[in-house]
Amino acid sequence: MISNNLTQTPYESIGNPVITVENLNLFYRNYHTLKNVNIAFPRKQVTAIIGPSGCGKSTLLKTLNRMNDLVEGCVVDGSVRLNGQDIFTELRPTELRQRVGMVFQQPNPFPMSIYDNVAFGPRAHGIRSKSILDGLVEQSLRHAAIWDEVKDRLKRNALGLSGGQQQRLCIARALAMEPEVLLMDESTSALDPASTAKIEELIQTLRSRYTVIMVTHNMQQARRISDRTAFFLLGEMIEVNDTKTMFNHPADERTLDYVSGRFG
Amino acid sequence: MKVPKDAPERFSSKLIRGATYAGAGLTAAALMLIVGYILYKGIPFLTPELFSWNYTSENVSLTPALVNTVLMSLLSLLLAFPVGVGAAIYLVEYAKPGNRFVRAVRIATETLQGIPSIIFGMFGMLFFVTACGWGLSLMAGACTLTIMVLPVIIRTSEEALMGVPNAYRQGGFGLGAGHGLVVFRCVLPSALPGIIGGVVLALGRCVGEVAALLFTAGTVAQVPDFAGKGIGALFDSCRTLAVHMYALSCEGLHVGEAYATAAVLLAVVLSLNALLAFVVKKMEVTKP
Repeated sequence: MISNNLTQTPYESIGNPVITVENLNLFYRNYHTLKNVNIAFPRKQVTAIIGPSGCGKSTLLKTLNRMNDLVEGCVVDGSVRLNGQDIFTELRPTELRQRVGMVFQQPNPFPMSIYDNVAFGPRAHGIRSKSILDGLVEQSLRHAAIWDEVKDRLKRNALGLSGGQQQRLCIARALAMEPEVLLMDESTSALDPASTAKIEELIQTLRSRYTVIMVTHNMQQARRISDRTAFFLLGEMIEVNDTKTMFNHPADERTLDYVSGRFG
Repeated sequence: MKVPKDAPERFSSKLIRGATYAGAGLTAAALMLIVGYILYKGIPFLTPELFSWNYTSENVSLTPALVNTVLMSLLSLLLAFPVGVGAAIYLVEYAKPGNRFVRAVRIATETLQGIPSIIFGMFGMLFFVTACGWGLSLMAGACTLTIMVLPVIIRTSEEALMGVPNAYRQGGFGLGAGHGLVVFRCVLPSALPGIIGGVVLALGRCVGEVAALLFTAGTVAQVPDFAGKGIGALFDSCRTLAVHMYALSCEGLHVGEAYATAAVLLAVVLSLNALLAFVVKKMEVTKP
C-alpha cells in the first residue's frame, strides 16, 4: 500500500529497524483508535511519541508488546514485526513481553522484596540458579541507576521506596529480562521533578544498550531526551522525524501547531 | 468529635448523640452480659474431670467433643478452602465478566448464603447420610458444613481478589509472566489477608453449628476410632462441642456442665479469632 502521507519517513530509510509497524489499524469495540499507522523504530535510539490525549499514542505502545490483548473488545489488524518476526503470529505473548519490556505510568512494584521484584521476570522464564539471578539483579539495578541506593536492603519490601525509586526499580525489573526494546508509557508523569530528571538521565544511558520507545505528553521531555519523535493526532501518525527537525522544521502544519503549543 | 464548651447544643442534636451512644452501649452490654453470664454459670463446673479423656454418663467429659470440633472444622475447611478459593479465582481472574456461567455461580453463592442451616442438615441427611450410605458420621457432617461455608469463603475471597490493584496484574503480564504465575505470585499474596478473614468466618460457623450436624454427624460422644479403624473412622458418628452443649442441656441432667461447655466453646472461638487476627496483621505488613 502506498502511503499518501508524503511527510512520513519511510521505514526503509532508517536501516535495520528493531520494530516495524505496517498498516496497523486498531479498534476498541467500534471505536477506530489507530488508523493505518506505519512507523519503524530504529535500533538503540530513543523514540518519543507525542500527541494530545486520546490520539492513540499509548494504544500503539501497548500494541507493541500485546498488552492490548488484555483489553476486552480490542481488535488489531495489520502487521508489527520485531526483528522480522510477526508479533501476532510468530511469537507467544509471554515471549514477546520478555523481549519487549514495559514500564507503566504509575510505579507498580510488587509487594515483595526489592530482590524478588527484579528477579520476578527471569524466574518467570525458568531461571532458578541463585548465582545467575544474583548477577542479573545487580546488573539490572546498576543499569537502572538505583544499585547504590538499595544494595544494602535488597531483602526489604519494595513498597518502602520513594515513588521515584520505585519507578527506577520497575525499570530495573524490566531490564532484568534483557529485553531488546523498552517501552515507557508516560513513565515520569506521576513523579516529582527531581525524580523525573533522574529517570531522564537514566534513559540517556540506556540508549547505548536498548531501544527505548517512550510515550510522553511532555513536549519538552521529548525534545530533551529523544533521538526521534513521532507525532500522533486522532489515531493517525502525522509525522515522524529526528527530534531536532520535528521541533524546528516540522513538515506538517498540524505538527507545527502542536509543538508550538497552539493546541493539545 | 469535640464541640466547644460555649456552643449551646440543640436538643435534637443531643437526642441523636444520646441515641447513638445508647446503641453502641447496648451492643457492648449484650456481649458482656452473655459472656459474663456464661462464665458465672459455667466456671464452677469447670473441673479437671470435665476434661478427662473419656465420656461417661456420670462424668460428661467435653474432651471428646473438643477434639471432634477440631476434626470437624479442619475437615470442612480442608474441603471448602480449595473449592471456594478456586471458585473465587475463577470468577475474578479467569471468567469473562458477565458470562452466563459466572452469573449462575454468583446467584448460587448468594442463594446458598441465605439458606437456614437446618435445611443444609436435611439435605445432608438425605444425601450424604442416606443416599451415599455414610450414616451419621464425621464425613457426612463435614461435607454438609463444607457446602454451608462455601459461599462465605467464595464471597470474601472474591472481595479480596477484586481489591488487589490492577497494576500488579499489568506488571506481571508486562514482564511476560503467564496467567497462572500472575495469579499466584502477583495477585494472591496481596489477597491472602482477606481470604484468611473469610476462613475465620467459616471456621466460626463450623465451630458454632448445631442444627446441620444433629442430622448428619449424630451425637456419639466419642472421638472417632482412628487408631483402630484408620481412615474408616471418618464414618463414625461424633458430636462437636456445640452439639455436646445442646445435648447436655436437652437431657437436663447436667445443665451446669452445659454452661461449662459453653464457656470452653466461647474461649475456643475467641482465641481462634484472636489468633487469626494476629496472623492477618502479620501478613498485612507486606501491604502498602
